[in-house]
Amino acid sequence: MKNFIDILFGKKNIKRTISFAIVILAYVIITVLTNTIRVSRLFSSILVPVCCYIVLALSLNLCVGFSGELSLGHAGFMAVGGFTAIVVSGILSYSIPNTIIRLLIAIIAGGLVSGLFGLVISIPVLKLSGDYLAIVTLAFGQIIKSIINNVYLGYDAQGIHFSFVTNTIELAEGGRMLLLGPMGSVDVEKISSFTAGFILILFVLFVIYTLIGSKNGRAITAARDNRIAAESIGINITKTKTLAFVVSAVLAGMGGALYALNNTSLQPSKFDFNTSISILVYVVFGGLGNITGTIIATSILYVLPELLRSLQDYRMLIYSVVLIAIMLITNNTYLGQVIQKVKLIFMKKGDSHE
Amino acid sequence: MSFLSYLLSGLGLGSVYAIVAIGYTMVYGIAKMLNFAHGDIIMVGGYVAFYAFVRFGIPAWISIILSVVVCTILGVTIEKLAYKPLRKASSLSVLITAIGVSYFLENGAQLLFGTDTKIFPSLITEGSLKLFDGQLIISYLNIITIVCCLLIMALLTIFINKTKIGKAMRACAEDKDAAKLMGINVDSTISFTFAIGSGLAAVAAILLCSTYPSLSPTLGSMPGIKAFTAAVFGGIGSIPGALLGGLLLGIIETFTKAYISTQLSDAIVFAVLIIVLLIKPTGLLGKKENVKV
Repeated sequence: MKNFIDILFGKKNIKRTISFAIVILAYVIITVLTNTIRVSRLFSSILVPVCCYIVLALSLNLCVGFSGELSLGHAGFMAVGGFTAIVVSGILSYSIPNTIIRLLIAIIAGGLVSGLFGLVISIPVLKLSGDYLAIVTLAFGQIIKSIINNVYLGYDAQGIHFSFVTNTIELAEGGRMLLLGPMGSVDVEKISSFTAGFILILFVLFVIYTLIGSKNGRAITAARDNRIAAESIGINITKTKTLAFVVSAVLAGMGGALYALNNTSLQPSKFDFNTSISILVYVVFGGLGNITGTIIATSILYVLPELLRSLQDYRMLIYSVVLIAIMLITNNTYLGQVIQKVKLIFMKKGDSHE
Repeated sequence: MSFLSYLLSGLGLGSVYAIVAIGYTMVYGIAKMLNFAHGDIIMVGGYVAFYAFVRFGIPAWISIILSVVVCTILGVTIEKLAYKPLRKASSLSVLITAIGVSYFLENGAQLLFGTDTKIFPSLITEGSLKLFDGQLIISYLNIITIVCCLLIMALLTIFINKTKIGKAMRACAEDKDAAKLMGINVDSTISFTFAIGSGLAAVAAILLCSTYPSLSPTLGSMPGIKAFTAAVFGGIGSIPGALLGGLLLGIIETFTKAYISTQLSDAIVFAVLIIVLLIKPTGLLGKKENVKV
């Protein structure tokens, strides 16, 4: 046990300790806040979505940051996980009344189905590289959205009924429709909770840190940094890239499942290109390959437009200006030199102390 | 006969995609960036033409020229303000900036013009050509769109291959540093590329809005994505590729809508794209780049 704790929180893994500490601290503070003072409804309503987007951003960072493959279709995995979870939760609503167990099963199912999609997609996707890979993931995102737009699925005493493109399902007494094509799902039972989101984030952190600390993880970053060199020392590029991509898809599906079960209704159009892009924005802001940064950036960038709500129509305009401004400032060469100098001064001080 | 008319309307739609795709492909070829705000330039072009013609009563042809001029200036301004400082930054930072610009244009348009859908007037021409005793009806607009696209392609090909600035553009696409050493002003060449791309986006806007006469702030996003797809389809960075990709995409989309399923057309279009990229990973007319160790 001590050994296990040492692996998780030992001195070597200071970054990992910080990530876990921040998440746990944030959870404790928010739980205390919501239980002691009266927080606004807006605040409590964005808690679960923030958790979901943190999970999504972390999973995308595994793909873009660690594996170096730009994906523009992550919302597709979110959609697969989300609608799978809705179907599973809907079917099990009679047999398993306990919402916690049902949520757990739904999230696992969402992750597995999404992972399966990830595996199928990774076969063609990872043959390509660079911008062509980006466009194929974009295409897959659109295809997944388009397919879910045409799926009709109902459930009654006789079992599951399914139809494609046109709705031909006639349900027996007491049955209910779970997927309604472009209308998505309505009357979904809300079973997600902030605590579930918190636990899911911890799980995702655990998976990502364990993966990137392992031999496979080092192979993933090696393949990113120099494909040819990695190949020459015997790393199977396709295998390592597939591993990163599929794990990323599984985690994204889980995030999507949590998200879907937090809404009473959900349309496939929610998971469009813009959603994929927002997640990518969170990742780039947090820093490629930077886990703690991703968590912080997602929280800030998701909350920012909500806080600007009082500005009404201007909020997205301001958001876009902030987006451009931050990119211009962080990439300013002059500013970069200044930061470098400041860093050097601090580093020297640090050395003299020791 | 219905086959022919579908083919023609597919070619019309494809021509619009091709004109937009040129903007993507030229900017990618020279600046090596995916300009996601390009689709929103289409939207701006549509609104400028709409306001000039309907609200201010300016004659149609002047409205069209005005729209092209405004878009060209807008494109160059965006390049100067947002992309130029990021010349040396990572491609992801540039991508995010382009997305920011795209959000900015979309939301700015919502504030300026309202979120309601406006009916675009027919700026060019109404009426149609009847062939085979009225069995085949081709609208003049459809013919103009296709001719316009082919004309633009021909002019652009001559421009890039025969003129001095065209040569400079090719040199920049090949190797920016070497071009600089040869005395080419790389910055102004890139600006010029943006100017051409944005001007063409305005042309595409007018053709698109005349065919599908509804105008909204999100008008540009889907044609933008489709045109980007067309550019990749034909091989990104290649101008003949953009034409081929655009036309094929338009035809595939129209035929799927006509013969298979309207709802599934997007899925099928993108599935074809994936298959093409699997067989030919650099697009139909793209050049293969060898990676040096």
